[in-house]
Amino acid sequence: MLKVLKPGFYTTVQDTGRFGYRDIGVPVSGVMDNKALAIANSLLENEEDAAVLEITMTGPTLEFEEKTYIALSGAIMNPTLNNNPIVNNKVYRVQEKDILSYGRLDKGLRSYLAIKGGWQTKKVLGSRSYFKAITLVECVADHTEIPYIPCASFEPKIPEMPIESHFEEKVLQVSKGPEYALLLDRQLEKIFGNEFKVAKDYNRMAYQLMETVAEHNINMLTSATLPGTVQLTPSGKLIILMKDGQTTGGYPRILQLSDDAIALLSQKKMGDSISFKLM
Amino acid sequence: MRGFSPAIRSFGIHAVLLEWPNEVDEDILTDILQFCQYLQQFCPKEQGWEMIPAYNSLTLVQKNSVIDFKAFSHDLLKWYRSKEEIAPAQKFLWRLPVCYDLDFGIDLAELSEKLSISIPELIDLHTKNTYTVYGIGFLPGFMYLGGLPKSLETPRKAMPRLKVLKGAVGLAGRQTGIYPQESPGGWNIIGNCIVPIFDIKRENPCLVRVGDKIQFYAISRAEYDLHKIESEVGIYKLEKIKVDA
Repeated sequence: MLKVLKPGFYTTVQDTGRFGYRDIGVPVSGVMDNKALAIANSLLENEEDAAVLEITMTGPTLEFEEKTYIALSGAIMNPTLNNNPIVNNKVYRVQEKDILSYGRLDKGLRSYLAIKGGWQTKKVLGSRSYFKAITLVECVADHTEIPYIPCASFEPKIPEMPIESHFEEKVLQVSKGPEYALLLDRQLEKIFGNEFKVAKDYNRMAYQLMETVAEHNINMLTSATLPGTVQLTPSGKLIILMKDGQTTGGYPRILQLSDDAIALLSQKKMGDSISFKLM
Repeated sequence: MRGFSPAIRSFGIHAVLLEWPNEVDEDILTDILQFCQYLQQFCPKEQGWEMIPAYNSLTLVQKNSVIDFKAFSHDLLKWYRSKEEIAPAQKFLWRLPVCYDLDFGIDLAELSEKLSISIPELIDLHTKNTYTVYGIGFLPGFMYLGGLPKSLETPRKAMPRLKVLKGAVGLAGRQTGIYPQESPGGWNIIGNCIVPIFDIKRENPCLVRVGDKIQFYAISRAEYDLHKIESEVGIYKLEKIKVDA
């Protein structure tokens, strides 16, 4: 078991997501930064959908009860193992009673903690990804325990990977969304000719942007939305749906982020700049 | 039955959107669901496909691979044209008990005044029609219901509430619906339906499917309290009736 001594700001269990239930309104969920998940899980030679902890903004303090191996990836949060600094993208051996804690957030927003074999919380509808209405827990709480399978010895084929971060990158690659053709020239100019800043409402459900584009009165019937769908509200606000985003919506879907763009955006926080580029 | 020719649009590299005319129409929904049924053989769930029907659209999502839009839309058109009159999936009418007690129907008094109909008349109107499930989304198990009597159409509240109770039955615009879980919301609340339309403890958490029908019936506070307990211990059985296609 992993003992949660302090939960951090917002820590959740996530895997690659919950598929096959969108037709009953269940969002996909899963890690926000797919690329970081892939690095940590491949270092540990885990299944690609092994569950990790997604750690947001400020990290938790965690105590391991059994031997295992871990790898961290994503945001740079100055982690320490028994007070010794450790780095992202590297496999570490963990002993009984070892304590992992996190320091200041330097770069990015979401950091990942992968463990050999993956976190073993209960699967609900085929996934371990936390989503309140489905898993009944929203995030990791104080004094809870998270199960894992102990591992006494493991020889990683690749013990370390370079940290090639996309934290400075701000161009989001997008394709045209289903309602793209309804955009007016002045709206297109604004969307592709300017940078936008992340507004104060940004979370696993959606990222809102501060700057607006021209208002519209396009009236459409509710239809499916996806992670990475950019919606344009009647008042001209841009809302980018993320992994916990609702499965249907009634606003025009003007753009669709690429998978890499979703990963990139998920490391942004309020005030960070982004821009859109058509693929 | 009218003939249609759905438009096919790309929606990122993992999804394709099919669109029928921009109308809330039973024939359109039936055509979509029939095509959905026919597509199961070409786009099975086991191969990572998901199909999301809603009002006048059908979205196909592929989890594992990138969709070759040109080739796939060609196939879709071919399949749509060759779709025979296959039997649509069995539809059900679900009868759902609603307690219109003033404790739950917190906007009943205000609505009665605004719409100039008495509260008993309002309840009669709400329970008289059968509604069609045009989509499920927004929240897990939230049904978009069409078929509200014109006299009950009313704008959503100017200021949304921060907290609407689980099971709250609301009116907004031309729609009526049930909040499947506690959430913020701007609908006018007229009652509460506590029976579990979405229950994560079931293997199939949402029994109602798009295309099904819903009818509400009024129950007393005592019956409501009984159903609440039955639901909590998992013995409440939703009442369903087969609907002929």
